[in-house]
Amino acid sequence: MTARQTQRSPFEIDAAREIVAGLRHLDGAMLPILHALQQRFGSIDPAAIPLVAEALNVSRAEVHGVVSFYHDFRTQPAGRHVLKLCRAEACQSMGCEALVEHLAAEHGISMGETTPDGRLTVEAVYCLGNCALSPAAMMDGDLIGRVDRDVIDALVQETKGVLS
Amino acid sequence: MSIRVFIPKDAAALSVGAERVAKAVMAEAVIRNIQIELVRTGTRGACWLEPLAEIEIDGVRHGYGPVTPADVPGLFDAGFLKAGAHRLALGPVEELDWFKRQERLTFARCGIIDPLSLDDYTAQGGLTGLRIALRMEPQAIVDTVKHSGLRGRGGAGFPTGIKWNAVLNAPADQKYIVCNADEGDSGTFADRMLIEGDPFCLIEGMVIAGLAVGATKGFVYLRSEYPHAFATLAEAIEIAGKAGLLGPSVLGSGRRFELEVRLGAGAYICGEETSLVESLEGKRGQVRAKPPLPALKGLFGKPTVVNNVISLAAVPWILTHGGQAYADRGMGRSRGTLPVQLAGNVKRGGLVELGFGISLRALIEEFGGGTASGRPVRAVQVGGPLGAYLPDSLLDTPLDYEALAAVKGMLGHGGIVVFDDSVDMARQARFAMEFCAIESCGKCTPCRIGSTRGVEVIDRIVAGHDRATDMALLDDLLTLMTEASLCALGGLTPLPVQSALTHFPGDFDRPTRGEKPVLRAAE
Repeated sequence: MTARQTQRSPFEIDAAREIVAGLRHLDGAMLPILHALQQRFGSIDPAAIPLVAEALNVSRAEVHGVVSFYHDFRTQPAGRHVLKLCRAEACQSMGCEALVEHLAAEHGISMGETTPDGRLTVEAVYCLGNCALSPAAMMDGDLIGRVDRDVIDALVQETKGVLS
Repeated sequence: MSIRVFIPKDAAALSVGAERVAKAVMAEAVIRNIQIELVRTGTRGACWLEPLAEIEIDGVRHGYGPVTPADVPGLFDAGFLKAGAHRLALGPVEELDWFKRQERLTFARCGIIDPLSLDDYTAQGGLTGLRIALRMEPQAIVDTVKHSGLRGRGGAGFPTGIKWNAVLNAPADQKYIVCNADEGDSGTFADRMLIEGDPFCLIEGMVIAGLAVGATKGFVYLRSEYPHAFATLAEAIEIAGKAGLLGPSVLGSGRRFELEVRLGAGAYICGEETSLVESLEGKRGQVRAKPPLPALKGLFGKPTVVNNVISLAAVPWILTHGGQAYADRGMGRSRGTLPVQLAGNVKRGGLVELGFGISLRALIEEFGGGTASGRPVRAVQVGGPLGAYLPDSLLDTPLDYEALAAVKGMLGHGGIVVFDDSVDMARQARFAMEFCAIESCGKCTPCRIGSTRGVEVIDRIVAGHDRATDMALLDDLLTLMTEASLCALGGLTPLPVQSALTHFPGDFDRPTRGEKPVLRAAE
């Protein structure tokens, strides 16, 4: 696997308006719109909230409520790479908690944090559906099975090799 | 004629290097000037053999696995394209004991065909069930599913035919089929595997469900943790639309069925059916009080079938072979087959489809080959994070909804997570509460607050200050959460906690015996 940077562009209100207009016709358009905005801009910019509210004829509070309810939606962009480490039971049975400790002890990265240089965000995830090949992780959308300390070291190293 | 080589592109296979193996095979073939037709399949479910490469010779597929890119030149040298001897050679794959003992009904094509080839799908019996359903009255389709004894494979085990009957009899201008593909339980991956390996089977099942109840629109609610499955299903829906399997006239019948796949957003609770419906409507995924049942007032207030992926994917087989053929398998009130997912600390993990009734021990020992670590099995969690932890003494329990309930466990979505003797069960009990606290939708107090109090009281018990008081408090809390929570998240979180207390009490009072609490699971 090779680490690839998350593609995103800075928030532009016109581009956001276009995304909203293109999806508002869907039944239950809220989640598809929020996913599309986040995919394009890396997070849900506060300035996008009124646009979504107006298009779907709901209050801004309701849109904010949806954004804050779901673990996926961010209001701040993540690092250039995102490593999700599974901490659910199947991965626990194969020592995922030792990997969490290893990331903190060897690389100084705690779960839920982004490195100060904005290179890497590490997050906990509860099940990636790869439970027969635990412990599992996902790096920028690529699934990785049988993760051990060496795999973690290599993944962290790779993010250092990519220029921002 | 070029030689056909099969290598999975299922996410699990990719996670251990299937893409690199596929590239290495193609590169080596070019160097050696050999014509190869590479077919990318789903996985057959033997995750322990992945990446598994197969070569078709006279219609028989010979396997090699698990293959690394470094093995590839050696495999060519050994003549693997003619099933030559090699240390990774497995012989004809379907003759392996692991596959021979299974009853693959729902997963019959998974890992065998190109998942996005509608020709492959129909050549292997696909669309037969739908063609039969198109000639039947809606009530007759519902009756066939009822007769099969199929129960919801998502976890609740409610009879699918009865749910369909309720929707069929609900008068409305619009009805919906919603597929619950929010497979959040740790230790389960059957939905993902089927969607990646045989997506047309799910689509066919949903179209049949639509015909049965009079629904013209379907949604698959798929969790965002499954980007590979999303890509495969989105493409399959597009192919199905172009081929006339979906759209205004299903296979030219004049009956409409449209299908969309929607992504979840990382909320475990959205696997609960009413929360899923809220989420599809574009709201926070908060649980609804029942009644009204979604069958009468579901998505956008309309009668809605909400079924798990595996329930819907079982339907084409049932229509093709008849309800009785399905009901002939299984035990007691658990009819048909269950795709069991062997996961965690197990040597040969993967998906095994079998009639209900096999014991946990047979699955773990005979299919699973014991623990991956080689240490003794200590606990087995069946049915996901809300399922009980069972000790060795209960491993002879058969896989059956009622038998597991009788030992205060549950079958759930068929996931089995094995732990070896290094597991600390107090820690696992604490995690059950912690997980509930993280994933609670917040609508009802027993779940929202109870889970956090649960973490705290377990911490105090493990610390051992005033054990008797805290044990009584925890007991009260478990009863309250069980009885008063709005849905299964708060209502079943006590199950893993209580089972840990009942079967592994020693793990909760290490400090009082002068032992240090063990603070981590297996390494």
